[in-house]
Amino acid sequence: MTQAATSSHDSSGHDHPPFLAHHYETPKQQFDAGKLGMWIFLVTEVLFFGGLFCAYAVYRATHPEVFIYAHQFLDKNLGALNTVVLLASSLSIAWAVRCAQLDQQRALVACLAITLALAAVFLGVKYVEYKQKWEHGLLWAGRYQAAESAETANHAAPEAHHAGNPESAPRDVGIFFSVYFTMTGLHGIHVVAGMGVIAWVLVLAVKGRFSSQYYNPVDYTALYWHLVDMIWIYLFPLLYLIH
Amino acid sequence: MSGASDSYLTHTRGFWSWALTLDHKRIGIMYMVGILGSFLLGGIFALIVRTELATPGPTIMGFPDAASEASPAEQAAENMVAIAPSSTTGRDLYNHMFTLHGAVMIFLVIIPGIPAVLGNFVLPLMLGAKDVAFPRLNLASFYLWLFGAIFFVVTLHTGGLDTGWTFYTPYSTSTNSAVVTAVLGAFILGFSSIFTGINFIVTVHKLRPAGMTWFKMPLFVWSLYATAIIQVLATPVLGITLLLLAAERLMGLGFFDPKYGGNPILFQHFFWFYSHPAVYIMILPGMGIISEVVSVFSRKHIFGYQFIAFSSVAIALLGFLVWGHHMFVSGMTPLAAMVFSALTFSVSIPSAIKVFNWLATMYKGSIGLATPMCYALAFIFLFGIGGLTGLFLGTLSVDVHLTDTYFVVAHFHYVMFGGTLIAFLAGLHYWWPKMTGRMFSDVAGRWACFIIFVGFNLTFFPQFLLGTRGMPRRYYDYSGLLDSHPEFALLNLLSTIGAYTTAVGLVAAAICLLHSLWRGRPAPANPWGGGSMEWQCPSPPPHDNFPKTPPVRDPYDFSYLAYVGPDRGFVPQT
Amino acid sequence: MNEPPAQHEMNSSPSDDHGLVSHVVPAIVLVAVFAALIVLTGITLAATWVDLGPWNLVVAMAIATVKAALVALYFMHLRYDHPFHGLLFVAALVFLALFLVPTLQDTVDTEPAIQQFREATSPGLPKTSP
Repeated sequence: MTQAATSSHDSSGHDHPPFLAHHYETPKQQFDAGKLGMWIFLVTEVLFFGGLFCAYAVYRATHPEVFIYAHQFLDKNLGALNTVVLLASSLSIAWAVRCAQLDQQRALVACLAITLALAAVFLGVKYVEYKQKWEHGLLWAGRYQAAESAETANHAAPEAHHAGNPESAPRDVGIFFSVYFTMTGLHGIHVVAGMGVIAWVLVLAVKGRFSSQYYNPVDYTALYWHLVDMIWIYLFPLLYLIH
Repeated sequence: MSGASDSYLTHTRGFWSWALTLDHKRIGIMYMVGILGSFLLGGIFALIVRTELATPGPTIMGFPDAASEASPAEQAAENMVAIAPSSTTGRDLYNHMFTLHGAVMIFLVIIPGIPAVLGNFVLPLMLGAKDVAFPRLNLASFYLWLFGAIFFVVTLHTGGLDTGWTFYTPYSTSTNSAVVTAVLGAFILGFSSIFTGINFIVTVHKLRPAGMTWFKMPLFVWSLYATAIIQVLATPVLGITLLLLAAERLMGLGFFDPKYGGNPILFQHFFWFYSHPAVYIMILPGMGIISEVVSVFSRKHIFGYQFIAFSSVAIALLGFLVWGHHMFVSGMTPLAAMVFSALTFSVSIPSAIKVFNWLATMYKGSIGLATPMCYALAFIFLFGIGGLTGLFLGTLSVDVHLTDTYFVVAHFHYVMFGGTLIAFLAGLHYWWPKMTGRMFSDVAGRWACFIIFVGFNLTFFPQFLLGTRGMPRRYYDYSGLLDSHPEFALLNLLSTIGAYTTAVGLVAAAICLLHSLWRGRPAPANPWGGGSMEWQCPSPPPHDNFPKTPPVRDPYDFSYLAYVGPDRGFVPQT
Repeated sequence: MNEPPAQHEMNSSPSDDHGLVSHVVPAIVLVAVFAALIVLTGITLAATWVDLGPWNLVVAMAIATVKAALVALYFMHLRYDHPFHGLLFVAALVFLALFLVPTLQDTVDTEPAIQQFREATSPGLPKTSP
């Protein structure tokens, strides 16, 4: 089976398996400490993104017309697709934790690989969206230079003309795209970072380092990934589904 | 004890054994070297600023065009409008100097100071643990600190920084100085601070020995815990603020620029939501040190243990509700200003609880005036003045008059220098024998403390007078104000003399401590008679602290300790 | 590897000395939560077709919060985990609210003054449309 399992088998007398750091008494203590640390890190992440949510709230409250106008440039369908992709990746990494807990080595590797693939899909869709914005000059305030109306710029949003006359663009539309790019950009950076960590965990999983005795990195990575998912759960309606 | 033969200092040797160490004690020492080095740098900037202000008109920064400049009155009037950013005048240089003084002292010295140096060294020892919860993360936060410090040094060489340490927009988005480098440095330092906070919270939760309940922890641990709460909750907001500011400068994000529909006041909200709680990141660990020192040197159980413990947490939480008092004159609405003003007063309650409990601890105690206690007494006095003058500034109507005067400068130096740095010195002297295994000269230490105390008051008390009489802060030249306020010349001169006196005292303290490394006699395990666990391992501690976790007792019960002479210090009776 | 998982699932109780596994989320729960998340995504999309005035935002945020809660409780194990972890998470949201609400209140109130200043200082500025 795995080295972890064998080591816990032969070290029944003095129980200090190789994955246990010297300053912890038991694997349980180490696991709980890491988990608490991860949760506190997630708290800092919530407040880190919180600054952007605050900026969003301020600019939506002070420039409501900009948000109603500019959100038509975003592609709801791609946003929804990405939501589903990210939710699925959350499911697969939650399943990976379950596999680790149950010593299902091969399924663990598969779940992690699926998560990594879904994260890549998410970034791919994001790339398509960014490219569209770039081509139409729909950039942050300092670089905003949209020549076209919402209707022509957005191929994939046929409902755009429902939301009033696109010709009368309000001023300061760029601020919406500043918000859009900072929020999705920072989220994207977190996805990339998450992919790096998941890839590392995947390598360890392939090497058979994890078992029900030791799956700390899997568990912590999953917590982080769920938070990234959770932030997107809010970003999607806030940016794409403005009414 | 034979521990001296294999201490954490001699356990392994060579550069890499330090650079890659996971030992919390060595990391603490590395932080100490770095932070004291930064303190020296920031102190030199301060002396330059004070020297410039020693006399009216250009004093040392009069180059190159100051000589040809018009009358002092005109010059002062010119000072009030924006300064041309490109020309290297004395005024520009002055702006750079006070900004770098503030930025270095705040971000590199007093925010990390006590937790990273003394907290790192002492926290696991106080808990009888072998290390902090995440030793690798601990080392990473040291290197992040170093990396952030390098960014600050780079800032010095690439245009400097003249925004003030607060980076207020719109000036910070329009000046030519190296704002982005400095901001990225502060961003990295923020992560260092967050990681330290996470580490300490988990250490306190998960590595306490069996039997040490929350109310048997030393109060320094409580204060580090409360500090870590703020580090974790507030610092991320600084992180995102600085990123947005950098993006604003680099890409024209527009969040803080009215030209694009942004709101420059929003920056101040973002900034102070971190930076006000950060004031408590600076002062809370200092208060923890004072709680330890006052009790040990009064040979008396700390008075009101639970009140002091909870007041730390109360300060940490209340500190999040008062940031608006930095913005009373920024165009804040009257409603918000009144609410923030009222909330500001609430912070004084837990602060006062601490001061009264320290005084009650000393009451009828058997007070020994060793160097750490001298610093602790200085702290209580100076923090008292700093705290009380804070009430003037928290009062909405008074603050309108005192904002941006020397009264503010004096107030926060009484709290930050008179409070945090004096407490740091108290802690440094208190734990120095534990960290180095050497006793410093108590006589020299006390003299240094006395000189610092006198110099400090001479520096900053005149600034209260300057402030109430209307001298604005951040002015390079006050000669235009002398017609109506001739006393400004004398008060500024006194302040400058005080600054040099303080510098002499600090150098004396440094010599006293460094001298002990070569000439000090070996320190016993427990030279001061402290009751917490760090005094139960040898000085300096062995690599893994305790072979076996010592029994848990009340850290403020000194009744079982007896002094048996300078060589063996205090030892348990029985 | 070849051990029957079901057996593990049963004896993963605290009686296990150095076992970390305090609770394994059943497969059916994971799938059900995922299905609920997808359905809620559909609902929040559908809700944009209905004009509820300001309530559109409220509905969207309520649905997002339910989704986030599902992720937190089941995917992140908060339902079975140490309650302190849940407290931490709630505390993060409370402090975010402490930051967001006063900042929002103050910036909204000062916005007219900023726009006045801006219109007074930049002549060619287009007026806001509505």
